[in-house]
Amino acid sequence: MTETLSPPPPPPLSAASPERVTGDRAHHLEEALLPPLVALLIALIAGDALILIFGQSPGPVYRLLLEGTWGNWYGFGQVLYKATTLAFTGLAISLGLRAGLFNIGAEGQLAAGGFGAAITGLLLPASVPSMVVAVLAMAAAAGGGGVVGWVPGALKARFGAHEVITTIMLNFIVLALLNWIVAAHVHVPETLHTPEMHGGSLARLADISARFHGSAANLTILLALAAAVLTGWWLFRTRAGYDLRAAGLQPDAAEYGGIRVRSVWVRAMMMSGAIAGLGGVNYVLGYKHYYEEGFAGGSGFLGIAVALVGRNHPLGVVLAALFFATLSQGGLAIHALVPKQMVEVLQGIVILAVAAAVPEVRRLLQATRREDER
Amino acid sequence: MTDSRTGSPAVAMRGIDKRFGAVRANRGASLEVTTGEIHALVGENGAGKSTLMRILAGIYAPDAGTVEVSGRDVTGWSTAQSISAGVGMVHQHFMLVPPLTIAENVVLGREPKRGLSVDMARAVLEVQGIAEQFGFDVDPRRCVKELSVGEAQRVEILKTLFRGARILILDEPTAVLSPPEVRDLWRVLRRLRDGGGTILLITHKLDEVIEVSDHITVMRQGRTIDRMATAGTTPGEIARAMVGRDVALVQDVMQPDRRELSHPLADLSDTPYVLGVRDLVVSAANRARAVDGVSFTVAPGEILGVAGVEGNGQTELIEALAGLRPVVSGAIELRAADGARRDITSLPVSERGELGVAHIPEDRHRRGLVLDYSVADNLILGSQRRFTRGLVLDAARIAANAREKTRAFDIRPSDPSLAARTLSGGNQQKVVIAREMGSDFRVLLAAQPTRGVDVGAIEFIHAQLRAAREKGKAVLLVSAELTEILALADRIAVMYRGRIVSILARTDASQEILGPLMTGAGADGVSAA
Repeated sequence: MTETLSPPPPPPLSAASPERVTGDRAHHLEEALLPPLVALLIALIAGDALILIFGQSPGPVYRLLLEGTWGNWYGFGQVLYKATTLAFTGLAISLGLRAGLFNIGAEGQLAAGGFGAAITGLLLPASVPSMVVAVLAMAAAAGGGGVVGWVPGALKARFGAHEVITTIMLNFIVLALLNWIVAAHVHVPETLHTPEMHGGSLARLADISARFHGSAANLTILLALAAAVLTGWWLFRTRAGYDLRAAGLQPDAAEYGGIRVRSVWVRAMMMSGAIAGLGGVNYVLGYKHYYEEGFAGGSGFLGIAVALVGRNHPLGVVLAALFFATLSQGGLAIHALVPKQMVEVLQGIVILAVAAAVPEVRRLLQATRREDER
Repeated sequence: MTDSRTGSPAVAMRGIDKRFGAVRANRGASLEVTTGEIHALVGENGAGKSTLMRILAGIYAPDAGTVEVSGRDVTGWSTAQSISAGVGMVHQHFMLVPPLTIAENVVLGREPKRGLSVDMARAVLEVQGIAEQFGFDVDPRRCVKELSVGEAQRVEILKTLFRGARILILDEPTAVLSPPEVRDLWRVLRRLRDGGGTILLITHKLDEVIEVSDHITVMRQGRTIDRMATAGTTPGEIARAMVGRDVALVQDVMQPDRRELSHPLADLSDTPYVLGVRDLVVSAANRARAVDGVSFTVAPGEILGVAGVEGNGQTELIEALAGLRPVVSGAIELRAADGARRDITSLPVSERGELGVAHIPEDRHRRGLVLDYSVADNLILGSQRRFTRGLVLDAARIAANAREKTRAFDIRPSDPSLAARTLSGGNQQKVVIAREMGSDFRVLLAAQPTRGVDVGAIEFIHAQLRAAREKGKAVLLVSAELTEILALADRIAVMYRGRIVSILARTDASQEILGPLMTGAGADGVSAA
C-alpha cells in the first residue's frame, strides 16, 4: 500500500544508487573547496591591483612573499609558529560558531591562558620535573581561557546577555586586569613581562633540526594538531557534538529534541575559551617562557578570519591558519617592495571575499546540482 | 479599468517560463480568466501558482511568454503599472499598520490632502463610500489593531479596491479564517464579481474551489494541467489533476466514522486514561493566560481532536504538554503501562520523551527538523541518547535506524545521508512522523500534522494516525482544518481564547455545530461532555 501513497518522484531519485552517494561526496567536496578558492582568486586579483598601484609588478612581490615564507626554513618555521596560535584561536571561534555563538573574546582568553601557564610555571617549586610543569601549565592555560569563556556563556544562559557584547567587553577587562597584575606584582623591573618560569618549556623545532634555527616554531604545533583532531571528533562523532551543532543550527529544534540549549551555550563558551587559552602555550611554554603584556597581539581577532575562511571545520581552520600566518610573515618579506601593511589590506580583502563570495558560489553550486537532478 | 476590446479576457497568460537560479517555477504555464468571474488557481505546494500570480502583479518579470490584461500586452510590467491598471494583490500576510484606523490604512500612500495636511474627514467618507458600494460592513474610524483576522483581511481587500483594483488576486485567503469568516469572505467576493470585478483565488482547499469559483485552472510542477468549469466537476477530478493520480480525499472519508468507540463516553472518567490535564494555565509572550484553565483526558485508543481558529491557545497547550513551555499552574499527568500515575508537569523534554510522549510539532522547519542535518541524524533527534555508546554516537545503529525508517515510512528520496532541507515538504513531514511514531510511544501530540503537505502525504499521515489509534495509543490532534478533525477524531474539544468551550463526541459534531463554537458563539450553550 505504501507504494501508492507518496507522489511518484523522478526516477533517479527513487533509489539510493551507489553512484548517487559518491556523487554526493563529490558535490560535498566541491562545495567545501570551490567557494574559498574563488574567494582567494578574488583576493589575488585585488592584491595585483594594489601592487600595481604601488608601482610594482605583482610577480616579483608574490615571489618574494613565497620565498620569505615557504622558501626557507626560518621563514617556514615562523609561518608554523604563527599558524599554531592562529589554529587555536580559529578552532576556539569555530567551535563557538558551531554552537551558534560568536566568541569575539578569544584575544582575552588567549592572554588569560598564557598568563595561567606562566604563573603556574612561576609558582611551582623548581624541584618539580619540567615535564610535569609543562602538563600543569597547559592545564592552567586551558583553565584560564576556559574561565574567561565561561563568564559570557553563563551571562547569556542566565540573563540573555548577548555574547558578542560581553566577549568584546571582557577582552578589555581581562587584558587590563592581567596587565595590572603583571605591572603591580610580578613583572621583571624595566620590562612588561613576568620572570621566566622554572622549567616546563617545550622543545623548539630548532632543537630538533638546526635548519629551523632562529624561528620560534616549537612542539606546541603538535598540540594544535591534536586539538584540531579532537575538536573534529568531538563535533562530528560524539553525542555532545550532535547536541552542540543542533543548538547552533536551530535552537528551537534542539530544544524540541530534549537538548538543554542553555547548558550547551555555557559548555561551548567554556570549551571555546579553553582552546583559545591553550594557544597561550605556544608563546609561553614554546617561545619566551614568560607572560608579556600584549603577547596575544591580535591573534584572537585574526582567529575570527581563520574560522570564517576555514568554514568552521577543523581541517579548514588549520589550512586557513597556515594561510593567514603566511600572509602575516610574508608581509615582512615584501616590505622592500611594498609597505608591509599591504598584507593587512589583503587579509581584509580575503575576509570580505570569503564573506561575500562563499555563500554566493555555494548557492550557484546547489542550484546547478538541482538542475542536474531534474 | 474597462476592457479596451469587449470580449477579450481579463487576464491571458501564455507560455510563461520563470526560473529562479536553476529552479523552474513556471514552465510554459498558461492562464485565461474571463472578466467578471471568480477563478480558482489550484495546485500542490510548489506547483508554481504564487509565482504565476506574482508575474501577473508585476513583482517578477517572466523569462518567456506573454501576459495580457484586458487585451493589452503588459509582459514584464512593474508593480506600479499593474496597480494603476487595476490589478490588486491581497497578500497572505497582512500589511496593515495596527495603531492606525481603517480609513488611515486604506488611504495610506494616496491620502486626500487639504493643503499639506491629510483631509481625514474626506478619507473616512471615501472609504465609507467604497465599503458600501461593495457591501463591506466596516466602520472606517476603528483601529486596525482591534479587528479580528477576518475584518483585517477585508480592510486589506478594501485597500486594493481603493486603489482602483478590478482584478483582485487573493493568495490563500482562508488560511487564517474561521468558517463563518470564510462564508463572509465568499459573500464579499461574489458581490465583487457581480459588480463586474474579476477575482483570482489561489488555494489548495478543494471544497472552497467547488463552493465559490466559476472556473478552475490546475497547475502541477510549474505547468498548467487543466482548465475546467466548476459546474460539473468533482473534488476527485480536481485532485486527480493536481496530483496526477487518484487520491483518497479527506472529504470522502469524512463521513462519520461509524466504528464503535472502544469505550462509551460516559465511562471515560472511569477508564484508564493515558494523558490527563488538570486546570492547566500557560502564558505566552503577549497573553498571560494563553491557555486558561484547561482540563481533559485522552484515553488509550482514542484521538482527541482540538478544533479552533489558530491563535486560541492550541500552540501553547501543545508546547506545555511537550515540555517546551513552562506551566503557570495546573498539572499534566501520564499513566504508565502498569497504571502508575506520573506527574510530568515540570519534567524536561528528554524525560517526557523517555516516558513515551511523542510530539509532531506544528512548525517542522523551526522545531521538527534540523534542516541542515541529514535525514539519518534527524531520525534520532530526541532519542540521540539511545544511539550513543559511551560519548560517541553509534553510527552503525543510526544508519540501520535510518534504513528501517525510510523504508517503513516511504521517505523519498530514500538516501538518508541527504540533508533534510533537500526533501519536499511531505517527505520532511514523513521524517518527523517516522521518528515520532516509529518507536514505542504512549501519547502522541500531533500539531497540524498535515500542514503544507501534498494530498498524497495527507492520506499517508492520516493512515498513520488511525493505525496508532488501533494500536491503543492516545493521540491529541490539533488541527486548523475542521475536515481533518472531523475525519479522524473520536472526541472533539473546541478551544476559544485559551479555554476549552466544549468537548463533543464525533457523532454529535459537524461543521455547523463546531463553526460557531470556534468563534465563541454559544460558548455557554453546550455543556462540556
